[in-house]
Amino acid sequence: MDNILEIKNLSKHFDDFTAVKNVDFSVEEGGFFSILGSSGCGKTTLLRIIAGFQQESEGDVIIRGQSMKGIPPEKRPVNIVFQNLALFPMMNVRENVAFGLKRQKLNRAVINSKVNEMLERVGLHGYENKKVTDLSGGQRQRVAIARSLVMNPSILLLDEPLGALDRKLREHMKVELKLLQKEIGTTFVYITHDQSEALVMSDKVAVMHDGQFEQIDTPRNLYKNPRTSFVAGFVGDTNRFELLSTEGNSMMTKGGWKMPQADLNNKTPNIKELYIRPEALILNPANNLNGLNDIEQLQFEVTIKTILFDGSNTKLSTMVNGSSEELLISLPQNAQFDGIEEGNQLKVGIHRNDLKCF
Amino acid sequence: MNSNNKNNFNITFYLLIVPVLIWLIFMIVIPHVELLISSFQIEDDMGERVFSFGNYIEFFSQKIYWLTFVKTAAYSIAVTILAFIIAFPIAFYLTKVTSKKNAGFLMLLLLIPLWVGELVTVYGWMVLLGDHGVINHFLITIGIINEPINMLYNNFSMVVGLLYMSMLFMVIPVMSTLQSMDDSLIEAACDLGASKWDIFTKIIIPYSMPGITSGAIIVFMLVIGDYLAPNLLGGKHSLWFTEQIYNDFLSTFNWNEGAAFGFLLLMLSSGIIWLALKLSGQKLEKVGS
Repeated sequence: MDNILEIKNLSKHFDDFTAVKNVDFSVEEGGFFSILGSSGCGKTTLLRIIAGFQQESEGDVIIRGQSMKGIPPEKRPVNIVFQNLALFPMMNVRENVAFGLKRQKLNRAVINSKVNEMLERVGLHGYENKKVTDLSGGQRQRVAIARSLVMNPSILLLDEPLGALDRKLREHMKVELKLLQKEIGTTFVYITHDQSEALVMSDKVAVMHDGQFEQIDTPRNLYKNPRTSFVAGFVGDTNRFELLSTEGNSMMTKGGWKMPQADLNNKTPNIKELYIRPEALILNPANNLNGLNDIEQLQFEVTIKTILFDGSNTKLSTMVNGSSEELLISLPQNAQFDGIEEGNQLKVGIHRNDLKCF
Repeated sequence: MNSNNKNNFNITFYLLIVPVLIWLIFMIVIPHVELLISSFQIEDDMGERVFSFGNYIEFFSQKIYWLTFVKTAAYSIAVTILAFIIAFPIAFYLTKVTSKKNAGFLMLLLLIPLWVGELVTVYGWMVLLGDHGVINHFLITIGIINEPINMLYNNFSMVVGLLYMSMLFMVIPVMSTLQSMDDSLIEAACDLGASKWDIFTKIIIPYSMPGITSGAIIVFMLVIGDYLAPNLLGGKHSLWFTEQIYNDFLSTFNWNEGAAFGFLLLMLSSGIIWLALKLSGQKLEKVGS
């Protein structure tokens, strides 16, 4: 598929710091592309540059093969859903959604039919004459999205639009947004600090840190094969260990946990950090994990310190025996581990592929 | 327990409401009732006060009275509109364009005329606008004109004075609504393809309408009821209705007619505000908040 949006070596300098540094990426037509990063990483600046509200210092934004240099926001084929939605409070739902179409001086009948169709699509049929201040959070959300989508943009930019919703509604809207995007086929560029939003909805996710892209990948790859230590630490839960020595075939963490060298191919000679996901650990493993040989697996014993109960997200806080390292392990909520108690010793196994070193 | 709470509530409630009621009754209701009664009275040949519509009939039969009345209304509306035209860019600049620090300083400058009082500012304008005043002197010195321009004691100087003393009361409410407006509304409109004019007329003005309305009401009331600026700056050629009332009370000692004129002015200003609210689709409760 063709790339609808190409960002070429984009940088943005402010007086004394650089918000976006040499960012380079492209988005496929019809894709759901997320930019994930903590607040202050420059993702909002990047989005505002794409929308045309801020000028890039260097580089170029190319939409459908056309450079956007010098084109004002109102002329760009993109629309933006703002973080606080920015609905016009003095207008009702219909007037909000029709605002952009009216600016195009379209025939009233055309505007009406487009607005009705869009409201139908986002499930707001029958709310046309309600004031936007009388709507619930989720409904306001949908008005904002409808207001932008009705303009039929090449790209819809979304600036953390779910941030203000409560958790339950956010979970719901995540799925709804994803389905809506699939249905209408518009390219979405979505920025968020919430990794779950990014992972659930996106086809591709870019992790942004300090104005730079750390990795652009599918959600699954981002989680499974983080390419930098920042991504490993940022996406998903993880245990992080500092490595003291990586001599020969073994390595040791700062807290004295010895294990065989994880990086089988020894690609990076100077590895300093080790990341282990809590859910990658296998409790009470068979002596041979799925028939893996000794080199491909690692088995060790831990002592349980506390059980951090959190429903499906329950974790064990443990100490690795023979060291002073703490290790969080996911505890599946099934009958197998019902009897587990603080102070118990446990055998734990892990695939060597799941030891991520940087 | 419940009834006890209720009693406590009642006592506090009355303690709070009594000063307000006293003020309302003695300062507002009684004087107005008194005015209303005396406006329907004239003194007969014996000096006795008798009921009559004479004061109101006098108003409508004398051309000068209702001409002044209409002129006062028209000029008050004009001054209110001018105040909006001047104050809105100021309010917009202070809230959306300049930095917070600058805005505070500029606001202070705007407030200065309020500190010195209307009389002093009116005299200030007389110094500026007079035949031998600052402006004429300057223009003659640099040779643009030979004869002083007559700027004082006409409608122009009166409007200038009225604008100057009332403008701030338009700036402040408009500023407070503009302050509550999120900048992303402007960006959203821009993003949806709105031109600068569209943004101004479709977003900014409708959003600040409650502030504009309350500012307009304050300015209108101040202007229509003002006495100093029309009297000192307007001179003999620009009669203001308050001057008629003043004459009745203090020059001709016809208090009954003065009371009737006062009531007519009250009716006029209330009527115009009611009409303006109807036309602009605003509600008084919303404007007040």
